Amino acid sequence: MLAELQRGARERVVSRRAGLTTNYAVAHAVKAVDVDVVAVYPITPQTTIVEKIAEFIHGGELRAELIHVESEHSALSAAVGAAAAGARTFTATSSQGLEYMHEVLHIASGLRLPIVMAVPTRALSAPISIHNDYSDIMNARDTGWAILIASTAQEAYDTVIQAYRIAEHPDVQLPVMMAYDGYLMSHTLEPVELYHEEHVRGFVPRRDRRNVLDVRSPITLGAFATPDNYYEFKYQQEVALRNVEGVLREVEADFAARFGASYGPVEAYRLEDADYALVTYGGAATGNARMAVDMARERGIRAGLLRVRLYRPFPSAPIVAALAGVKAFAVIDRAIAYGSPAPGPLYKDVATALYMEGLTVPGISVVHGIGQRAMYVEDFYGVIRMLAEGAGTGKVLFLGLRE
Amino acid sequence: MTVKIEVRKPAEYAVARPPIWCPGCGDYGILDALRRALAELGIPNEMVVVVSGIGCSSQLPHFMKTYGIHGIHGRALPIATGVKLANPDLTVIVMGGDGDGYAIGTNHLVHAARRNVDVTYIVSNNQVYGLTTGQMAPTTLKGVKTKSTPYGSVDDPVNPLALAIASGATYVARGFSGDPTHLASLIKGGIEHRGFALIDVLSPCVTFNRVNTYDWFKARVYKLEESGHDPSDLMQAMAKALEWPTMDPYGRIPIGVIYRAERPTYDGEMSRLLKGVSPATSQIDNALSEGPTILKSFI
Ligand SMILES: Cc1ncc(C[n+]2csc(CCOP(=O)(O)OP(=O)(O)O)c2C)c(N)n1
Ligand code: SF4
Ligand SMILES: [Mg+2]
Repeated sequence: MLAELQRGARERVVSRRAGLTTNYAVAHAVKAVDVDVVAVYPITPQTTIVEKIAEFIHGGELRAELIHVESEHSALSAAVGAAAAGARTFTATSSQGLEYMHEVLHIASGLRLPIVMAVPTRALSAPISIHNDYSDIMNARDTGWAILIASTAQEAYDTVIQAYRIAEHPDVQLPVMMAYDGYLMSHTLEPVELYHEEHVRGFVPRRDRRNVLDVRSPITLGAFATPDNYYEFKYQQEVALRNVEGVLREVEADFAARFGASYGPVEAYRLEDADYALVTYGGAATGNARMAVDMARERGIRAGLLRVRLYRPFPSAPIVAALAGVKAFAVIDRAIAYGSPAPGPLYKDVATALYMEGLTVPGISVVHGIGQRAMYVEDFYGVIRMLAEGAGTGKVLFLGLRE
Repeated sequence: MTVKIEVRKPAEYAVARPPIWCPGCGDYGILDALRRALAELGIPNEMVVVVSGIGCSSQLPHFMKTYGIHGIHGRALPIATGVKLANPDLTVIVMGGDGDGYAIGTNHLVHAARRNVDVTYIVSNNQVYGLTTGQMAPTTLKGVKTKSTPYGSVDDPVNPLALAIASGATYVARGFSGDPTHLASLIKGGIEHRGFALIDVLSPCVTFNRVNTYDWFKARVYKLEESGHDPSDLMQAMAKALEWPTMDPYGRIPIGVIYRAERPTYDGEMSRLLKGVSPATSQIDNALSEGPTILKSFI
């Protein structure tokens, strides 16, 4: 019944089906939500997003100001200024660019500015690599931004649209980062259903009630905070970020009604009766894990998959609920948290979330796909086998490492 | 009496691996000119360090049989400053693109020039971001269409030579990759010069810049040595620096030494404070005099 309703809704809103890279899908979403200011500095694999936006502006399809600044530090700074002045603002970067923005990431969240940023993820220097992993956003995970990780081009398109609703929501007013696999998604074609822009604009109306720089009612942003009040600012920021999970659900309910699609903070696959679970994020790891789960099921192992889509704030409740019933789980991380109790950043979060609920489900911290080392379905199937044999739980696996 | 002069060949600074630039890229001319300059000066390979940022041009250290550091985008000059101060005996060459040096790393140009750090900074100026495949650079002429400015750039370009002179650089030159012999003489002059040397090189990106081509530059460049220019005259130098692209972006382009001056260098001043011995060099010297024990671990 719901599915039919959703199909009906989609027929009305979809303008066309196109083969797009995730970068182009993002650019189409930016156009659809009608941003005012885009400030950027080029970096592979982000570049084609901005080139597409430039084409839209050139063709008169988007009325926006595109500022080609001299670095990422300036790109996010210009976005901060534009958002403070009331503009709907977009930026995008990858890898070293996100590192170079780091200082300003905290300014954007501290000033509570609803900037949306796309991050096709990429490995970090040194040594230099242009290939994909998630080291860049993992270094930005505690900067007070909401972070969503998409796994398909369609989801990236939908998420950018949802991101503005979330960022501009009165209970949130925070910047939102939307990440996905650099190259593996940013530069590969997938079918994407694009929406009639009036429907998108109806879904993300201008909300001009937030405090912006306006001479008619002057405000100061970022003023000095003494030990008497700094803490309260930071606490409010934490509360606002935690509001994102509820707001995302609310926004997604409306999105589902209008566009017939929803994803949730986490997505489960064949998990209802699973004994063993893989936990992933992003496109390639999730796609391969899904096939590994099918492979295991064919061989009589009850395996399932949990994909984390909302990464900050961390959706502990649905993750704990999903893993509470399994015998063992493994988290596939695409980054290394150097020197941590476990090398996988997401693993650490999952383990903490379980521990805080008093649960001790055996788990493995798996690292794979560093600097785009090829990840094979068999690798993930091997992990499921290990879980089923009770081997390796509580351990660490660096998969795909050359002997 | 005959004096035996050791003659070195440019090929002695080459590695076996050929460069990975596109055929025809201006950076081949820079590589050729740099090797020639080092050979003419007879500087031993192990006394040369080439430091670069990120960009097509910043790949250059990979093709030199010298020491090299391929760093991060925009930060070649601070790294080079560290190298030079730690061991002033080294010849430090810095290589990067116009994006690397005149956009994300501009502030370092200003400060290295003002401190008069004794390094030779070669900038491959191709008016585009080559490595990221053809977006507008800070040197792109106003109105030029690039992948990021399909409507034509609305930004005015930076004038790196005027900026360097105003910041205190003591050797400021412009070369052209299409004339590697002339360029080699400019680089040689920069290395010989005691102080901060900027050599901006018009270096066509044949793949992503269809405007500023070899022919475009050939039709515009003229040599300062042949035009009675006095590089020791600051005001004349500033006027020459402003000629292109500031005064007329489509006019004639002077190449050659634009400005040259003498001023104490940063490592010289440091050395004076430290009474002549840099801490790192003295450690290396001690290590060498201790010889056997230390060397054993490397043998
Ligand atoms: C912090 C950071 N931002 C962006 C990039 C992406 N990037 C690599 S090279 C480059 C510019 C290249 O242009 P240029 O310096 O002119 O060198 P060219 O390739 O033209 O020789 C950019 C923007 C990066 N590597 N690091
Ligand atoms: S893209 Fe341009 S700058 Fe880069 S190697 Fe090719 S020709 Fe040279
Ligand atoms: Mg360049």
